[in-house]
Amino acid sequence: MVTLNDYLILSAILFSIGLIGVLRRKNLLLLFFATEIMLNAVNVAFAAISKFYGDLSGQMFAFFIIAIAASEVAVGLGLLIVWYKKKGTLDLDSLATMKG
Amino acid sequence: MESLVYIALFAPLLGSLIAAAFGTTPKTLFTGIVTSSLLAVSMFASMILLAMAVSGAYIHVELMEWIGAGDLYIPFGFVVDEVSATMMVVVTIVSTMVHIYSIGYMEHDIGFNRFFSYLSAFVFSMLVLVMSDNFAGLFIGWEGVGLCSWLLVGFWYHKKDVTRDVNPSISPSWAANEAFIMNRIADLGMLIGLFLIYWFTGSLQYSEVFAAIGDVDMTIVYWIGIFLFIGAMGKSAQFPLHTWLADAMEGPTPVSALIHAATMVTAGVYLVIRANPIYDVVPDVGYFIACLGAFVAMFAATMALVNRDMKRIIAYSTLSQLGYMFVAAGLGAYWIALFHLATHAFFKALLFLGAGNVMHAMDDELDIKKMGALYRVMKPTAIFMILASVALAGIYPFAGFFSKDKILEVAFNEQTYILWFVLWVTAGLTAFYSFRLIMYVFFGKDRHTEWGAHPHEMPNFVLWAMSPLALLAVIAGWFEGWFHGYATNLLPDYAFSDATHHMVAMLIAVTTAVALGGIIYAIVRYRGNGPKKPTNVNSPVYKLLINQYYIPVIYENVVTKPYAKLSSMAWSIDMKVVDATVDFIANSIYGAGSTARGLQTGNLSKMLRLMAAGVAALLVAAVVYGTLR
Repeated sequence: MVTLNDYLILSAILFSIGLIGVLRRKNLLLLFFATEIMLNAVNVAFAAISKFYGDLSGQMFAFFIIAIAASEVAVGLGLLIVWYKKKGTLDLDSLATMKG
Repeated sequence: MESLVYIALFAPLLGSLIAAAFGTTPKTLFTGIVTSSLLAVSMFASMILLAMAVSGAYIHVELMEWIGAGDLYIPFGFVVDEVSATMMVVVTIVSTMVHIYSIGYMEHDIGFNRFFSYLSAFVFSMLVLVMSDNFAGLFIGWEGVGLCSWLLVGFWYHKKDVTRDVNPSISPSWAANEAFIMNRIADLGMLIGLFLIYWFTGSLQYSEVFAAIGDVDMTIVYWIGIFLFIGAMGKSAQFPLHTWLADAMEGPTPVSALIHAATMVTAGVYLVIRANPIYDVVPDVGYFIACLGAFVAMFAATMALVNRDMKRIIAYSTLSQLGYMFVAAGLGAYWIALFHLATHAFFKALLFLGAGNVMHAMDDELDIKKMGALYRVMKPTAIFMILASVALAGIYPFAGFFSKDKILEVAFNEQTYILWFVLWVTAGLTAFYSFRLIMYVFFGKDRHTEWGAHPHEMPNFVLWAMSPLALLAVIAGWFEGWFHGYATNLLPDYAFSDATHHMVAMLIAVTTAVALGGIIYAIVRYRGNGPKKPTNVNSPVYKLLINQYYIPVIYENVVTKPYAKLSSMAWSIDMKVVDATVDFIANSIYGAGSTARGLQTGNLSKMLRLMAAGVAALLVAAVVYGTLR
């Protein structure tokens, strides 16, 4: 029997993987992958909790997140392409214009 | 009716504003003409108002509400009654003449337009002072004339400071500041007086205050009387706040004539006259005022005896005559004080304007020992000044005789024989120093050719401007009987006892004798080549008098210098404590900022790591908090 706890553990593991990816990766494209993983970890948790309480709003929220994540990726990838054309690299450390 | 009041009051203000519009441009003759003619308008309006006041019609107008808060209601109200109508006429006559005179006197001055703007502003303030129907309005005028006095004394502000040996007034700007600060001290007293009045009578309107003053506790009335008089002491330069008046002679001479002789300095006397119901309740304060007045009369006259500076001599005589006025006012003879105020304004303004002519002729030289024999070249000026001096000395039938003699009679009538004696001696001294000045300047040996002066008389219109004052210096006294009846409609009458009535002829004879004696002694002593036995300039008495009893030096050492020391101490406390605290706060924030700057590496992955650490820390905190609750 798969319980709510199992889903939440899955969600936590996915989230941790995403977080570690965000922290460790140096390539901007992979950073995007990592954020997507994190967002979807949250979606899993939403769907599971929604089912558990018998309330559809959690699942609706998951759909919203998917939509927002899609648009975010669209904008982000556009920016990345411009950045790559300009700098010739997607290395995170090259993005240091804000250094104080 | 009402419009006359507003014309009289606002015509000088209009003139001032017009002149001010051209204040920074070089001389334009029409500013002088416009201000003078507007003042003439004000003068005629005042005369009509005086005629109305004579026929017994009071005019009381309220221009607008000024302060209305809770129980406090102060309007801009103006009243034309016996006292203020008299003051208005005196002020406007003297200032109109002085304005016309100044067109000639300031002819070559670069600040011609500025001068007229200030002068008319002064007249406006003075009219506010005398016409206001409440103490608050009086105070506004009081401060206004103080400000204009400051502007005009320091008119030649570009002159450098010199030491006291060269010029006892140091410099125009120094003198202006001295006058202003001395008046601030006195004004504090006056303000306290006004607060007390409001606190205990609930109003500042003259009529309401005077109606309620009888119900106020005696001690409070004492304090009100004393504090109001402290204000009067500053404006009228009574001891110990007298030093500024002689130094204020640094201003242009028309200013000395108008402000520091005829009008502004008499504001203190006006205040005491106006507040007569208060002083009637507390005769002890009045007696103190009279004593101080007599003391100042004598004290100033002695300083005038030895001084060599023409304008300072006349300034000391102003001080001395103000003393006389305070004696009369303090002893309850308010109408006599007002009468002396009016006659004194005419002859003293004339005397100053004459001195201005002499200065003009002598290339601004003020030392009377460098003049002499000017009668030949400056006949009209000489005649004017002799007239004024005779009036000042109190010789029949000139103006000063009537008013001054009455004051002596009052002192006698009150059986304050010491006051009478002091005033009597002062009358002799006054006659002597006035004629010492006349003799040194107009007669005797010619001492100016040797240092290369080319004396010349002033233009005719200047002399014409002086002639109404000369006329008044002669005839003003003849109106005594009429003025008595008129002024006592408002002011309390002063009754002479029968004993005094019998003595009047004697008193007049004795006073006239001492005045004539002073005049004759001065003429005999200073005719020809000057005194046969010159004054010993090294004697201690001479030194004491020429150094003004060392009072300016004492003030400097006892007040000014310790105060400067205290100020610099306070400054260092400010720097080391207050400023240091503020700086410390600023510096620590600054330091925190530069330490935290290290965080801002611009490296995204580092920032993300920090963010993750922050999230983790917050999560832990939330969990811990949750479990503890």
